Amino acid sequence: MSSANQLLLEAKNVTKYFGTITALENVNLKIHAGECLGVVGDNGAGKTTLMKVLSGLYKPSAGSLHFEGKEKVLESPRDSQNLGLEMVYQDLALAGNLPIGENIFLGREPTTNLGLLKFLDYKKIKELTEAHLGKLKINVKSADQKVEELSGGQRQAVAIARSTAFNAKVVIMDEPTAALAIKEVGKVLDLINSLKKTGVGVIVISHRMDDIFAVCDRVMALFQGTNFAESELSNTSRDEVIGWIMGKK
Amino acid sequence: MDSKDQDKDSLYLKLIPYFEKYGILLLLVIMIVVMHFLQPDVFLSWRNVTNVFKQISWQSMLALGVFMVIVTAGIDLSVGSIMMLSLMILAIVAKAGAPWYIVVITPLIAGFLCGLFNGLGITLLRMPHPFIMTLGTLYIFRGTGNLISGGTPISGFTDEVRYLGHGRIDLTWLGLEKSQYLPVSLVLIAIVYIIFWIFMNKTRTGKWIYAIGGNPNAARASGINVNKILVIVYSLCGFLSGIGALILAGRTDSGYPNAGLQSELDAIAACIIGGASFFGGRGTVLGVFAGVMIMGILRNGLNLMDVSSFWQQVLIGSIIVLAVYVDVLRRDFGTRK
Repeated sequence: MSSANQLLLEAKNVTKYFGTITALENVNLKIHAGECLGVVGDNGAGKTTLMKVLSGLYKPSAGSLHFEGKEKVLESPRDSQNLGLEMVYQDLALAGNLPIGENIFLGREPTTNLGLLKFLDYKKIKELTEAHLGKLKINVKSADQKVEELSGGQRQAVAIARSTAFNAKVVIMDEPTAALAIKEVGKVLDLINSLKKTGVGVIVISHRMDDIFAVCDRVMALFQGTNFAESELSNTSRDEVIGWIMGKK
Repeated sequence: MDSKDQDKDSLYLKLIPYFEKYGILLLLVIMIVVMHFLQPDVFLSWRNVTNVFKQISWQSMLALGVFMVIVTAGIDLSVGSIMMLSLMILAIVAKAGAPWYIVVITPLIAGFLCGLFNGLGITLLRMPHPFIMTLGTLYIFRGTGNLISGGTPISGFTDEVRYLGHGRIDLTWLGLEKSQYLPVSLVLIAIVYIIFWIFMNKTRTGKWIYAIGGNPNAARASGINVNKILVIVYSLCGFLSGIGALILAGRTDSGYPNAGLQSELDAIAACIIGGASFFGGRGTVLGVFAGVMIMGILRNGLNLMDVSSFWQQVLIGSIIVLAVYVDVLRRDFGTRK
């Protein structure tokens, strides 16, 4: 486990242009081990663009990313995954026709190689899946259950399990509770809390103040592509954060 | 939920996948039993059973190729034309006097290249749907086949070339009669289907093919090179059509312009009857085999009973609709409310 409060990821003066549009301008962001940062902002404030820069989908037009103190250039999502930076997409990015275990390891399956052919090690996938789900206290009937048979909350749990299966250090979640039934929201928030306890840095993008105030330690607001405000959660209130989203201090 | 309920629930959940996997085989068995009662002397005779396998031999190759494509949520309309073009190339090479081992390998390479052309077209030209690319090549490949052959049949191949489609494995050493031979094409079907069953179920590439059909965005986000896998799938589909051409060359001893006409539709029908979903990600190699067998047995049985080929068309069409409707009902039943 990384020592508490170790700085994991830092974005310095990240700027991103799309043609003549400035999506992000000199945005700074820091995330420490075991910490949860909430990122809020109105539609078009640049939240998703920032996350896509952090996950390597977009290259910043200016500015830099630093991981554990070293500057890194991310060429693709694979690069960020190799650093231990994982993304949980809003549309979950799961294949419903495949079982839970095969989704968790999709693209990174343990295999036995026979020349050119790579044979899946189903036994290992099942063992690793059960151990990993157990560690995160995610309850499903069986690791062999197909994802399409799961509820929205269970799917979100699988997506989070997928993002943490390879020793992730930072997990970025885009609207993790947006598509969930109310009773399932609590389970996902519990999961985020247990991730924090294992030393993972979690970035949560959310519109829901309830979520931000349930799991986050710090909250930052983006407004029109810039850092608008930032605060420890204990020093702010819902009303103030809602004000930031609308551009009022 | 009390524990009794849970037991019932888990049994129910356990049964669903088996039903999904083997339900179509049940239909096949029922058909065989019904046919046996309708034609007790002929239907299950050695001669007739081997006949069915000989008849489905090349179609089973096309269906298997189309199946993999359908799993990716794609479609390949050009398999019949790929087979015809490969067959014509084989015939021309054979007539030019090439040694048999060259002749035998040409349709496989030709089919593979045609499939590669489809795959590259779909991915590089970013066709909005594989339907369009393969509809185009349906015409292109058959036209090319007619251009190179002048649109006339080319007949007469050596026994080595005809072996896979026409060869017989003698079983007299088992105490069987001379007429009770094993067609080589039957053995070939078994080998090819087992290889592709292993490929689709046991290898990482096979798993990725299912993942792409299930959710291409998930596959992409997982770092899978979706385009590369698609090119592999269409190439393999072409390769299997090439094997089909080699079998057909053996069966008919001829390369002819109408070879495989509309067979792409038979191949698609077999996949659908066998439980593959047009939306991708669903279906099994075993199911396709059952689908091919069901169509083969239906045609054979109706021929034995002297039913006109017009009625055969009506019946096969009805079975497609019925099979998919049963699938819809099954999915309703399988969805937990």
